[in-house]
Amino acid sequence: MTDVMHKPRAVTGRSRPGGGGREPSTAQRPFRALVWALPPVVLLAVFFLYPLALVVQQSFQPDTGGTSLEPYADVFASYAFREALWTTVWLAVAATAGCLVLGFVLALVIAFVPFPGAKAVARFIDVFLSFPSFLITLALLFIYGTVGMANGLWTDATGAAEGPFQFLTTPWGVLLAEITYFTPFVVRPLLAAFSQLDTAQLEAASSLGARAPRIVRRIILPEALPALAAGGSLVLVLCLNEFGIVLFTGAKGVTTLPTLVYGKAMLESDYPGACVVAVVNVLISVGLYGLYRVVSRRAGA
Amino acid sequence: MSATSSGIRFDSVTVAYDGNVVLDTFDLTVEPGEVMALLGPSGSGKTTALRAVAGFVRPASGRVFLGDRDVTDLPPHRRGIGMVVQQYALFPHMRVEENVAFGLRARKVPRAEIRERVAEALDLTGMGAYARRHPRELSGGQQQRVAIARALAIRPGVLLLDEPLSALDAQLRSGMLAELARLHRELPDVSILYVTHDQVEALTLADRIAVMDKARLRACGTPRELYRSPADEFTASFVGGANLLPVTVTAGGVSFAGADVKVDTSSAAPGASAVLCVRPHLVGLGDGPNRLAGTLEEIQWRGSTHRLFVDVGGHRVMADLRELRDPPAHGDEVTLHFAPDDAVLLPAGVDHD
Ligand SMILES: Nc1ncnc2c1ncn2[C@@H]1O[C@H](COP(=O)(O)OP(=O)(O)OP(=O)(O)O)[C@@H](O)[C@H]1O
Ligand SMILES: [Mg+2]
Repeated sequence: MTDVMHKPRAVTGRSRPGGGGREPSTAQRPFRALVWALPPVVLLAVFFLYPLALVVQQSFQPDTGGTSLEPYADVFASYAFREALWTTVWLAVAATAGCLVLGFVLALVIAFVPFPGAKAVARFIDVFLSFPSFLITLALLFIYGTVGMANGLWTDATGAAEGPFQFLTTPWGVLLAEITYFTPFVVRPLLAAFSQLDTAQLEAASSLGARAPRIVRRIILPEALPALAAGGSLVLVLCLNEFGIVLFTGAKGVTTLPTLVYGKAMLESDYPGACVVAVVNVLISVGLYGLYRVVSRRAGA
Repeated sequence: MSATSSGIRFDSVTVAYDGNVVLDTFDLTVEPGEVMALLGPSGSGKTTALRAVAGFVRPASGRVFLGDRDVTDLPPHRRGIGMVVQQYALFPHMRVEENVAFGLRARKVPRAEIRERVAEALDLTGMGAYARRHPRELSGGQQQRVAIARALAIRPGVLLLDEPLSALDAQLRSGMLAELARLHRELPDVSILYVTHDQVEALTLADRIAVMDKARLRACGTPRELYRSPADEFTASFVGGANLLPVTVTAGGVSFAGADVKVDTSSAAPGASAVLCVRPHLVGLGDGPNRLAGTLEEIQWRGSTHRLFVDVGGHRVMADLRELRDPPAHGDEVTLHFAPDDAVLLPAGVDHD
């Protein structure tokens, strides 16, 4: 409960960097404050804002010269872009939903079902978070790829020329890889939330006659909502921008916004077009993040 | 609010955590409608006994009965027990009325009846006006009432209370104690097992008290029996304060620190060592029967009483006296006395600790 009560204060604190307590001294020596503010601002400008500005600028400069909305008109009119936009969004949303469901179930099992090695699994999830995404994709390739283990077993056993597992190069393969890779990002905050849960509440609920499903639904889930929202929004943004997994599953038929940027810039040398797609991608990410902040503040988290 | 009367029976219940026995062949029966207090020092296994009834620990051996029902193998949600714990364990995201309705919803009670029974339970605990609040908007005492209302709403035959008042301040505690006594009068069929380490709570509320020590049941009886004629030193010191004086049994009484003391010695053979139990408030100042002379070691003023610690032949004797007009000073020679009927002779303790 103290946690809930302290959070809003932390949020207001964050929106006022520098803190209220130091205001008198900064008023006396504004120059000192400026000196301290300079390095982060410069770093931010050089490494983030400047390239972003360049991208935005480039997106308004068609190869034909001048400044116009022509690149936007071209890109928005192209079938490939609309296809990629749709693929990106539905893949990200589906992967997020999958991660939330799978992550919630996994976290429940790890936290509440006493089995030997639960600690080790929780520890492993921490390590998993540090893995590069292509590693998971490679593992899936080894198992389900065209010449992977599963298909190998099948062809050996039946003598058929091809195995039945061909989904990896489809959007479903990308979805599977993203869910596999991003689920721990949901499990982690959930485990933290569950460790705060008062076991006396769970016992009170079962004494009152509730079985496990009702306890999960009515007691555990409401307490886990902030953690689910945090993990889910992180995964959503990461999925929208995921590049490695889409590239590595070898899904030539699957184009998302990041791979479209790559294709336009590197393969077609259509820099304005690439920049337009990049701007759209950034806007979607920032927009969804803003939406998350609004929703989570509304929820009182 | 009616409840099926049932009662609780422990039949040689043993509970162990990792081979560490925390409840040792525990036998106890709580009659239907009875209030039983489980009294004992910290770590003696009181909570464990309660959790065995509720179904949160499985006995290594022995059976637990609710009425005639052997519930040893039943999961908690099928036992139909009301339970209130020290920290209340209210559901923080539910309003008071939803907390109270939780058990009824879990039991698929029809909607209209739920509303009725929630109102009834809240009225019973005097919380009717707070139905729409969240637990965090309530004081500790109010939260405690909600926890009790929530447990009572399912109309349990058995109510388990684990130190329900220990998180409250002294004044609120005595108020809630009176509330609990009233609740029990209004629900005469509900058996209550009440864990506490506060002897006042036990003496006030309980029909009988079970005293526990080190995983075992030490004594069980009415408050009066345990207070007036405790069976051993541990019970004597735990149920009310007591002077426990080492004595030797003589022909007509006992000898304590060289003084002859008259008491009923029918239970002991002359020459044996024994322990004399005298309640401090039954010790008087000045001359009288069973006179003990000593030096005042310490005197504490407690408002309505003075507590004297007197050194009698190297043993410390406590006396609680009604506030003295002019109290003796430190180091004064004082004389104490007590009536022969007010002392109980106990067998010499093997259980000194
Ligand atoms: N989950 C557990 N695992 C291991 N040991 C436990 C567990 N729960 C309790 N114990 C041990 O069992 C013993 C009895 O504990 P219990 O909680 O029943 O004591 P209690 O009489 O309720 O004490 P208190 O008055 O402090 O609440 C203690 O020694 C405790 O350390
Ligand atoms: Mg306890």
